[in-house]
Amino acid sequence: MSVSIKIVNAKKRFGDFVVIPDLSLRIKEGEFFTLLGPSGCGKTTLLRMIAGFTAIEGGEFYFNDTLINDIDPGKRNIGMVFQNYAIFPNMTVRKNVAFGLKVRKIASNEVKRLTEEYLRLVHVEQYADRMPDKLSGGQQQRVALARALVIHPDVLLMDEPLSNLDAKLRVEMRKVIKDIQRNVGITTVYVTHDQEEAMAVSDRIAVMNEGVIQQIGTPKDIYQRPANLFVSTFIGQSNVLKGELEVKAGTTFMRIGSYEERIDNVKTEYMNNRPIIVSVRPEEFLMSNNKNSGMKAVVIDSVFLGRNTHYFLRLEDGTEVESVQESTIDSIIPNNSVIDLAINTKKVNLFTEDGSANILRGVCNDCDA
Amino acid sequence: MMTKIRKKFDIWIVFTVSFLVLFALFLIYPMLGILKESVINRDGQFTVSEFTKFFSQPYYSKTILNSFKVSIAITVVTLLIGIPFSYFYSFYRLKGTKFLFIVSILCCMSAPFIGAYSWILLLGRSGVITQFLKNSIGINIGSIYGFNGILLVQSLKLFPLVFVYMNGAFKNIDNSLLEASANLGCTGIKRFIKIILGLSMPTILAASLVVFMRAFADFGTPLLIGEGYRTFPVEIYNQYVGEGVSNHSFAAAISVIAICVTALIFFIQKYAVSKFKFSINALHSIEKKEPRGIGGILMHAYCYILVSIAFLPQLYVVYLSFRNSKQAVLLPGFSLASYEAAANKLLGRSIKNTIVMGIGALAIIIVSAILIAYLVVRRSSFANNAIDTLSMLPYIMPGSVIGIALVIAFGKKPLALTGTMAIMIVALVIRRMPYTIRSAIATLMQIPQSIEEAGISLGASKLKTFVTITVPMMTNGIISGAILSWVTIVTELSSAIILYNNRNITLTMSAYVAISRGNYGLAAAFSSVLTVLTIVSLLIYLVISKSEDIKL
Repeated sequence: MSVSIKIVNAKKRFGDFVVIPDLSLRIKEGEFFTLLGPSGCGKTTLLRMIAGFTAIEGGEFYFNDTLINDIDPGKRNIGMVFQNYAIFPNMTVRKNVAFGLKVRKIASNEVKRLTEEYLRLVHVEQYADRMPDKLSGGQQQRVALARALVIHPDVLLMDEPLSNLDAKLRVEMRKVIKDIQRNVGITTVYVTHDQEEAMAVSDRIAVMNEGVIQQIGTPKDIYQRPANLFVSTFIGQSNVLKGELEVKAGTTFMRIGSYEERIDNVKTEYMNNRPIIVSVRPEEFLMSNNKNSGMKAVVIDSVFLGRNTHYFLRLEDGTEVESVQESTIDSIIPNNSVIDLAINTKKVNLFTEDGSANILRGVCNDCDA
Repeated sequence: MMTKIRKKFDIWIVFTVSFLVLFALFLIYPMLGILKESVINRDGQFTVSEFTKFFSQPYYSKTILNSFKVSIAITVVTLLIGIPFSYFYSFYRLKGTKFLFIVSILCCMSAPFIGAYSWILLLGRSGVITQFLKNSIGINIGSIYGFNGILLVQSLKLFPLVFVYMNGAFKNIDNSLLEASANLGCTGIKRFIKIILGLSMPTILAASLVVFMRAFADFGTPLLIGEGYRTFPVEIYNQYVGEGVSNHSFAAAISVIAICVTALIFFIQKYAVSKFKFSINALHSIEKKEPRGIGGILMHAYCYILVSIAFLPQLYVVYLSFRNSKQAVLLPGFSLASYEAAANKLLGRSIKNTIVMGIGALAIIIVSAILIAYLVVRRSSFANNAIDTLSMLPYIMPGSVIGIALVIAFGKKPLALTGTMAIMIVALVIRRMPYTIRSAIATLMQIPQSIEEAGISLGASKLKTFVTITVPMMTNGIISGAILSWVTIVTELSSAIILYNNRNITLTMSAYVAISRGNYGLAAAFSSVLTVLTIVSLLIYLVISKSEDIKL
């Protein structure tokens, strides 16, 4: 019932400003696919091009094998959930959900049955006869979801649906959305700028910046093997250090100052002496008192956050980094202590000097397309 | 492959074309007619003699100066009485604020000549109060006619505009600003002048310009009470009436001058207001203080006396309608004689015409405003922006000018409409449409586009989405604007006075005719019916709109 989506060489410009220069991607049938990126990266524009609300200036958009460029939004059989819910304020919850069915001239007993079913699916059946202004944000968002799904669309499009909710509700609602999507099995394209949210709900994520896709992959691929420096710093946290790659007698080493570690998974074409960027996530630092096992660092500050303790450290060359360790039962390392900081070479990521490519093996960028 | 952008058939294009045609026929064609009439003389030659006649003879050109002088005076006086009123109302917990507010609005929206007429009866040469003061205390208060009369009547009528504007400004002052100034040692009158008035400057300016425009364009008051002091709008009418049926050159010339002057003031107003726009958002609104002691009593006295004097004319007129009278002489006793006389003099037809033409004009205005708002806000294009600009033309056309323009344009076949209800409705629509369009546009701009997109994504056509979802969301904003329009339509004078006849006569015109013939009882009866109609409409409006933020 659901469809796959194929976008080939999409282009969009507003006046002189080119938002999307040349974008291609493929979304599998039944997949929960997220467009993730900072404000202004073009993710909402792309979503609205799929929906038909923004004109397509170049490229082809397909649902399965059907070209949809010239099809009216109302005839593309999409369901759309907006950031501000866009619930019709002059109709009850029930009438809102039934709206799309009535437009399709479905028989009224069928309308009743389907409306009941989807109201129950999103758990708003007890508010069925209330007016929207009497509902909370989370309830309104669920009504918007029911309204979009009840017409059995081929594709579900969601434009930052949770950004108007408070933090706790956001966490609750993203589980609701993921469960319902899995239940119904509909191809979903989801737009957000919140990377934690993206990782929590998505099958695959496309990270975008300035209209260009930086990487497409599962949350694990993107977090653990980011394709370039942008992805590595946009997702999660990264400490960015300058370093050198050195090849000595067939073995490759990563060196930062006088600290050196052997790296075995560098791609062949990058195996020569070159300056590199070392991207270390806070949890990839290893703190110890063993002398000469890593970089010398001084503890500047620490924050105890329950499960983890965050340490802020200064390296010998003055760079400040953050390290996260599971809290120990021993006391927190005091400020001004000197400790040795090593890097987990299994997880660290190395990039070319300009940050444009990850030089390690195992990076998946749209690798299962 | 480049996607071709195909233009499909769209009902909105039909609307765009229709409105352009209608505007061309009912706005541009009459204006061109006036322009032509003013520069083409009876022999068909181009001449500016009518213009030179106006400017070279002080008898005529002085009227513009007179209008300016009296309007400026009115503006100053309304500020002087309106600002303290608003200050007491906004900063202190007065008793009966609802009453004060409602009565102020009723004063402001009364029919254009009720005030003048009533004050003549009270303070004129043989006025009730005049006689009373002369006989009992021996004070001779002088003539109410001319400059003083216009000033008195219009100040009492227009100060609510300042009141409403200043209320809005004072409500937006953050209490922290007042506390900070008190902390720094500035309180009382000094704080009022330096801080409070300073923050409200943009609003004071906006209010002054609105009052000035209204005073300048006012027709009804100077017509009745101006006597020797001739103002510009009245002069237009006088020249029109003085000329023959077929020759309107001089009136046309004055009309063109009037349009230019009004346009100039309008643009100065827009420019000045935009220059002084800054927004404060009050995080903490002012906390009203309890009025105490002598100060409290004086405050209440000021407000209630002001409002009572302003409302007096309307009460007096209703009172008069129940008194016996014979022409210009009041007889003892009360009865319904005046109303019976009015019934013989087309009272029924006046009421019927007023309501029928009013509702007709209102319906056309509302539907057009909604459609035009959609075209301007959601379907921005060159043609639709042209419609937006053209719809503002009536702002700079004084009422009399609209009347004259319609007579010239539709006076002869094949488009003969003069003397019919249709032409009155056209005049009403032209006069009132800009205000309703602006308010519809403002309302539509507050509705997020995602609501319409949601409807479209669910399969509804653009038109269906508009009618079943967008329009119901606009109703609240539209209805309040519509009721205010209704009140202005029902009290319309300056264009009606040119276009009326026995068949399409309205309540306002019947009242005016009775006044001009000196028949007090009849005049009072017509005026009372008109006043009651206005008051009831405004009360309905105040109940529906609930907010004190009205655009008068």
